[in-house]
Amino acid sequence: MEDLKNYNEDILIEKYGVDDHFHEHHHGDKYQSTFINKYIFSMDHKMIAKQFLITGMFWAFVGGLMSIVFRLQLGFPEESLSWLKPVLGKWIVVSDSGFGSLAPEFYYALVTMHGTIIVFFVLTAGLSGTFSNFLIPLQIGARDMASPLMNMLSYWFFFLGGVIMFFSLFLSTGPFSGGWTAYPPLSALPQASSGSGAGMTLWVLSLVFFIVSVLLGGINYITTVLNLRTKGMGMMRLPLTVWALFITAVIGLLSFPVLVSAMLLLLMDRSVGTSFYLSEIFIGGQALDNVGGSPVLYQHLFWFLGHPEVYIIILPAMGLVSEVLSVHAKKPIFGYKAMIVSILGIAFLSFIVWAHHMFMSGLNPFISNFFVLFTLLIAVPSAVKVFNWIATIYGGSIRFTSAMLFSIGFVSLFISGGLTGIYLGNSTIDIQMHDTYFVVAHFHIVMGVAAFFGMYSGVYHWFPKMYGRFMNETLGKIHFWFTLIGAYVIFWPMHFLGIAGVPRRYYSFDAFDTFRHFDMTNKVITIAAIVVFIAQLVFVMNFFYSIWKGKKVNTRNPWNSTTLEWTTPINPGHGNWPGKIPTVHRWAYDISKPGKEAEFIPQIVPLADDEEDFGHSKEV
Amino acid sequence: MTALIAVLSLILVTIVILQISRITELANRIRGEEEAFKRNNKITANLMLGFLGLFLVGCLFCAVYYNNYLLGFGPHESASEHGSSIDSIFLITTLVTGTVFVITQIALFYFAWKYQEKPGKKALFMPHDNKLEIIWTLIPAISMFVLVISGLIVWNEVMADVKEGEEVIEIEATGMQFAWMIRYPGADGKLGVRDYKKINGINPLGQIWEDRANLDDLRPSEIVLPVGKKVRVRITARDVLHNFFLPHFRVKMDAVPGMPTYFVFTPVKTTEQYREELSKYKEYQVPSDPSDPESLMLWETFNYELACAELCGTGHFSMRTLVKIVEQEEYEDWIASQTPYYESSIKGGSDDPYILSLQPNNSEEDSKESMGSIEEEISNSLGSAY
Repeated sequence: MEDLKNYNEDILIEKYGVDDHFHEHHHGDKYQSTFINKYIFSMDHKMIAKQFLITGMFWAFVGGLMSIVFRLQLGFPEESLSWLKPVLGKWIVVSDSGFGSLAPEFYYALVTMHGTIIVFFVLTAGLSGTFSNFLIPLQIGARDMASPLMNMLSYWFFFLGGVIMFFSLFLSTGPFSGGWTAYPPLSALPQASSGSGAGMTLWVLSLVFFIVSVLLGGINYITTVLNLRTKGMGMMRLPLTVWALFITAVIGLLSFPVLVSAMLLLLMDRSVGTSFYLSEIFIGGQALDNVGGSPVLYQHLFWFLGHPEVYIIILPAMGLVSEVLSVHAKKPIFGYKAMIVSILGIAFLSFIVWAHHMFMSGLNPFISNFFVLFTLLIAVPSAVKVFNWIATIYGGSIRFTSAMLFSIGFVSLFISGGLTGIYLGNSTIDIQMHDTYFVVAHFHIVMGVAAFFGMYSGVYHWFPKMYGRFMNETLGKIHFWFTLIGAYVIFWPMHFLGIAGVPRRYYSFDAFDTFRHFDMTNKVITIAAIVVFIAQLVFVMNFFYSIWKGKKVNTRNPWNSTTLEWTTPINPGHGNWPGKIPTVHRWAYDISKPGKEAEFIPQIVPLADDEEDFGHSKEV
Repeated sequence: MTALIAVLSLILVTIVILQISRITELANRIRGEEEAFKRNNKITANLMLGFLGLFLVGCLFCAVYYNNYLLGFGPHESASEHGSSIDSIFLITTLVTGTVFVITQIALFYFAWKYQEKPGKKALFMPHDNKLEIIWTLIPAISMFVLVISGLIVWNEVMADVKEGEEVIEIEATGMQFAWMIRYPGADGKLGVRDYKKINGINPLGQIWEDRANLDDLRPSEIVLPVGKKVRVRITARDVLHNFFLPHFRVKMDAVPGMPTYFVFTPVKTTEQYREELSKYKEYQVPSDPSDPESLMLWETFNYELACAELCGTGHFSMRTLVKIVEQEEYEDWIASQTPYYESSIKGGSDDPYILSLQPNNSEEDSKESMGSIEEEISNSLGSAY
């Protein structure tokens, strides 16, 4: 038995590792030799992960900035926005007296783009794209993805989708403005809104490329997890990050194609005169020929992706948080198996709850009974996860690093946002809350801010592995406190607006006596949004500053973690391990194990004869 | 100038932030990294507890500050019969989720503070506890079951259509960009048949004038309903999706082109009664126009409103229609004072199929015959809309 206190990764890997003769081929280096191969069209999963992350950060900046612009209009409609005229041009309407306000069509375009960009480009690509790429091969002990080429294509399809979306921002008719859900007929008829012209065509095109990216990535992640696990890495020894990312990919693979079909039908309604979603419409002084279609069909297809999509967003964050909480509280994750079962339960249920977005869509009210039942059922595995996270902290020895703080913040936000889901999932309450600010508050907290917290937690935690340097902790803490408090100040009051009936997607509340009493609230929300946005810039600065100037990592395993990625060299090259691939002998959570002198026992350390493995799968 | 100041201050802030990061790093190095970390750890742990307090106080403050708007609390009690049962489900849900919220948030931040790293203290090794896990799987399962059952009982009552033979006032609301068009059935109690292809400038709903049920249909600019009478709103859309939303009545339903939907509700408070209720609250005993102390009190200006709650384009936020709930007699007077749309706008015009006879009611015999064939034609082509 090794002396665990002073274990040495190299010796263990050399002794027990598998020799796959990887470095005899020199494939890796051949493909990484030039600047273009290494930094642009890279096939190394770590580089692709960084590409996803930085592209995601760019889009988060764009999407966040958009929200600031429309929040200015909502919070301060009496303040002139003419100072934005030099940037936004005709989208700022200036009255004769010199008073500038946001053009309503551009307000709707901003709201739509903010939603689309954050949901798809940031929280899907930026989150699962980054961490699936980065962590799956490193944590399962693989040299790279099953298909590095497809992996590279996955990023570039995402990039292409992004370019198209970005281009649509500069159209003279404006980008698409019919909401991120793009319900027809509004999205199908160019007569219905200026954004439904070329803006919508580019929106659909962009998303189709995006979906191709998700599918290429997803197949790869699934194949890699199933086939490329190192010796000893049974499924029940996988860290929860890998489980979460794996199931995320499965959900994506099953649901995104349905969105493609919805988009294709929409495209056909738009361009070749079919009537999938259109029936008996009189618009622009003209009765259209389309009969027999149903706009509700689109909603079914959209939400068949749309609901699993929110789990595609939140599951990776859950996985990252489970890992970070365990490592920084120096405790094994509580209820490892229950966590896996919860992930599987959530994934399964996520496919049979989609119509809870459609209780008020004219759906047969009888059908809603089933969707209410299944929807509230999801609360059970979600609650189990929350209790398990809290139990993980209980009795710990917590080191409040920035990563840990964001994980704790995640749990708090997930509780807050998850509980409001119980209101909305209950169709009875949804009669009042549907399409109000209550919904906005709910999903922003539970899958917007919470997912961002998971992502930040992951970035702070794995930054040393990505760049060989630490991010600055003081700035990390400033970032955390401003974001947590600010996010609650933004979204908590929105619940009450929604309860009062204030509908979402209103450019102005002045037309209604019922909705106009919330000037003060709207101002506070806008100010908090600006503060939170600036706090995110602190993160961006910290990120880029630390890449080149951060404190250097001088041990391989700075967080005392058990998982395989920390057995690679500080700056791992292509292929991740310079020699043999490590083999795995235990689950990922032997931390503070009783009877052991070591605080943590990495997965590469063999089990002692009488030692229990809590993954319970010695033979796989 | 402002732009310059903005850019300069941004640069300044950037420099400050980078300096902070440098200084803290240097300071930590001087003090000894582990020493500095321990100090920070303690501060952060205390901040966790501080945040918990601040957060709970903030939640309480919000609940008090907005208590007038909570469903079933304050002056905004539901103005419809079914609304109060929705409000009670809201209350039950709030009690359940509120309890869970307080317990879990306290546990989370309190444990975070309590189990901060301390010298010489080893963390607990607690990989799982089956008993505990079964308990906290069962508790949410049971509470969800209660919420589902109580919610669905109300849901199926609220969403039920009117039964045959039940006395009900049926009106129609049609959403278009960007207004609601309201139609009352008139004296015969029947809404006439429509065909979207017949829509034009003077016939915005595409009413088929050959259908006699259309001739007495009213097209008022606001919704007026008697208190205590069951109302069935037939909801349609002319161009894109809209949503018929009456916040005070807890009524909401999408308006879908090509697929009429409905919502049945019974108003229980007249506009006057609602105003009286509001007058008891200080917040409503202020002038409605803050700049004019002589203006009506806020409660006096209250009105029920119909809004659109499904994004329908650039004018989505402005689809307001006034809703008035009045006593039965007043309602009857109002109905009597309305002129059917046919009479006011179609009769004698180029769209009037009766232009030759001018007195449609006198040629009962002729038109009965022609109505037969028209109705057949209508039912063939418009099966779904009728």
